[in-house]
Amino acid sequence: MAKTAKASSERRAASGIVNPAVPDFDRLIHEKTRLAIVSALAVNPSLTFNELKAILKTTDGNVSVHTRKLEEANYLNCRKSFEGRMPKTEYSLTGVGRRALERYLNHMEALIRTARGE
Amino acid sequence: MPDALRDHAVDNLRYIRETMERAGSFTSIPGWGGFTIGITALVATAIAEPLSAWTPRLWLITWLGEAVLASAIGGVSMLRKGKRAGSLFTSGPARRFFISYFAPLVVGAILTAVMVRNNSYQPLPAVWLLLYGTAFVSSGAFSIRVIPIMGFCFILLGLLAAFVPLGVGNILLGAGFGGLHVIFGLIIARSYGG
Repeated sequence: MAKTAKASSERRAASGIVNPAVPDFDRLIHEKTRLAIVSALAVNPSLTFNELKAILKTTDGNVSVHTRKLEEANYLNCRKSFEGRMPKTEYSLTGVGRRALERYLNHMEALIRTARGE
Repeated sequence: MPDALRDHAVDNLRYIRETMERAGSFTSIPGWGGFTIGITALVATAIAEPLSAWTPRLWLITWLGEAVLASAIGGVSMLRKGKRAGSLFTSGPARRFFISYFAPLVVGAILTAVMVRNNSYQPLPAVWLLLYGTAFVSSGAFSIRVIPIMGFCFILLGLLAAFVPLGVGNILLGAGFGGLHVIFGLIIARSYGG
């Protein structure tokens, strides 16, 4: 039984799924672009769409798709306004999003600690 | 636990840290611009050197001219580097960088005016080096790591300049605005993309 569990764990690890000894990580912010969006917003009170695009060095479409996903999960707040005649979209991290990033960071650290056998 | 998984976690943490640094910093500091400013400052040091003993007013005009030239070189090269990297000069970190950079320089300009009015030229090199260093130490909190180190070097030269005659102060200005700009300009150009 123990052998089966170990084999299953190794299969999961090999396929990119984490060790069950460590809580399962947040798939939503595990994706690279979304992880970058949440990380960037963790060190800024808010960032505009264009600022995010410049930091991530990516396309309008990419920023748009990923911020929407994070918004739907209530990880981001989105505020739309006008600067003169130009529309301005501003994002900020919600408490839920900040806690999700903290959990994710804790999880990565736990993975490293487990690997070191601490 | 397989090494691949641990490496993946390490990579993820590094990625988060790098993104946070990039998002929270203003990185368009022009290395080659700094290097060029250093060269012009070395020329200014040579021109100002004989004037420091005879006509401090001309000495001052030489350095003020160098300040105007350096501002133009710095401004243009910063804009070019920022444009190339797609940086936004109105972003939060950029705004915080410029506020903490210019505040000590404005204070320096006010103190210069007051001292010149009182015909007191000897403390000027110390005031300039100390406040220029302060500008980099404070603004460096929102920029690349090498900036505050450069600031501390300027402050150290400023400290020395406070206790020497104007002629020696002029050489220390050359060491700071010339030497430090050349050295740190090269470091920034090589390590931070131009």
